[in-house]
Amino acid sequence: MDNIAIIGLAQTRYERRKKDKIFLDLVYETTTAALDDAGLTIDDIDNVVTVSNDFFDGRTISGMAVGDAAGAYDKNISTVEGDGAFGAMYGAMRVLGGAGTTLVVAHCKGSEGDTATITNGMFDPIYQRHLGINAVTSSAIQANAYLHRYGITEQDIAMVSVKNHGNAKNNPFAQLPMDICVDDVMTSKKIADPLKLLDCSPVSDGAAAIIIADEKTAGRAAKPPVWIKGMAHCADEYFLGDRDLTNPRSLRQAAQKAYAMAGITDPFKEIHVAEIYEAFTYMEPLWLEGLGFCEPGQGPSLLKDGVTTMDGRLPVNPSGGVLSAHAVLVAGLARIIEIAEQLRDTAGARQVTGAGMGLAHGINGPCGQSHCVWILSKEK
Amino acid sequence: MPNWVDEVEPMTFKGQIAVPYTWWVGDTGSRFLEAIRDQATFLGTRCPDCDTVYVPPRKNCGRCFTALDQWVEIARRGVVTAFTIVRANHPLQPVKSPFAYALIRLDGASVSILHLITKDLARLSIGVTVEAHFKEASQRTGHILDIDHFQII
Ligand SMILES: [Zn+2]
Repeated sequence: MDNIAIIGLAQTRYERRKKDKIFLDLVYETTTAALDDAGLTIDDIDNVVTVSNDFFDGRTISGMAVGDAAGAYDKNISTVEGDGAFGAMYGAMRVLGGAGTTLVVAHCKGSEGDTATITNGMFDPIYQRHLGINAVTSSAIQANAYLHRYGITEQDIAMVSVKNHGNAKNNPFAQLPMDICVDDVMTSKKIADPLKLLDCSPVSDGAAAIIIADEKTAGRAAKPPVWIKGMAHCADEYFLGDRDLTNPRSLRQAAQKAYAMAGITDPFKEIHVAEIYEAFTYMEPLWLEGLGFCEPGQGPSLLKDGVTTMDGRLPVNPSGGVLSAHAVLVAGLARIIEIAEQLRDTAGARQVTGAGMGLAHGINGPCGQSHCVWILSKEK
Repeated sequence: MPNWVDEVEPMTFKGQIAVPYTWWVGDTGSRFLEAIRDQATFLGTRCPDCDTVYVPPRKNCGRCFTALDQWVEIARRGVVTAFTIVRANHPLQPVKSPFAYALIRLDGASVSILHLITKDLARLSIGVTVEAHFKEASQRTGHILDIDHFQII
């Protein structure tokens, strides 16, 4: 793969309800900020990739509506309807395809619709949708299966909430910085067993943007480029009942491909920090298993042993993760931005010392049907 | 710089998108729903390459990418492979909480079907046997909710 890099980035602060900003404001604000960050102007952008979802936006062909705010006038624009990590991968492919410097911008205002109704819409309209299942209740099925299979306790996964909300206190963009204990999670409102309110990510508003460029353009960027060393995605079956929900096969495959591309043979040794898409507490250990950081069923031990805390060997979600801010679609792009900040040494209070190689991860579809894995590096 | 919301009232605009659809269910789905409506039975399709029996039936095996045309009759009984007991209510849920969503592998099927368990939730666990309870024949319309619920036995 040719050398390509992230040369500009920006994200909004994530909030429960942004009554002062509409989609266009969010997209314009992050696009402008990403250009400033890169030291470029809109004239330097050749392609625009927007990331949005029609159901969340409450309009059809939602990608086209934000073109003007994304600087797409007189340029090509295309939209990825899915998580921002996948949108960014498409953007990277535009650059690799020789189409020039590419802006990827994602937005979502969860506050303006009804997330349960919207996520119910991702299920099969004939066989599943009328049962009322949604993102939370389907994930609860997965959580229960995972806990049952490996004898993991609700307290084990509650620790993820404690860690990540605690990490969020160091992140000025996070929505839910909190000092909580396992007992707070355990006694929070029951949603769908084993998930309680504090096992679940919040409804959020926010946007994020990155600029991806080839090596030549990266040379004139205002800040050190963050090099893209590996990226891959892989999908599992659509119907929940077809899958082994406790075995993230598609993540394992995506990770292996991304590692191979980046020349990583021992991810635990070579990767210094990870930002992964834990929309619910149980997802963090399960995805860490899929990423090959431990054996199946051992995910919770990584946190119990202090491996994934800020001062551990592999800090996971220093930003506070998706549990601390979940602008849907934006969240995977935010993971990439957080890793890029780590590798630039600009992550402030959430900086992991000596981070040279990082992993960012996004998911798409119910219960992590599809996974996207990014390996980013300080070195070319 | 003062925030504009201090100077101007932030206005909202309510919308409601109600877009009607009429989805043809297709031959595979129509056979499945007709069997539920008329016989209160389940039909699945078997993959000739990997022997996976899909319920609800699929027209091609996702794993082998093979067309499926072998129909198999599936039992009304099966085991719970995964579940959650729902504690919160939402208007789209067809019953009031607490109730359970369960993935149920019916005898004769290789994969699990998603449905509801509404009673005896204290006895619910992974591995318990459940049986489909259908609505009265006169009430059945060829709908996934023609199966009223699954009962733990
Ligand atoms: Zn097959």
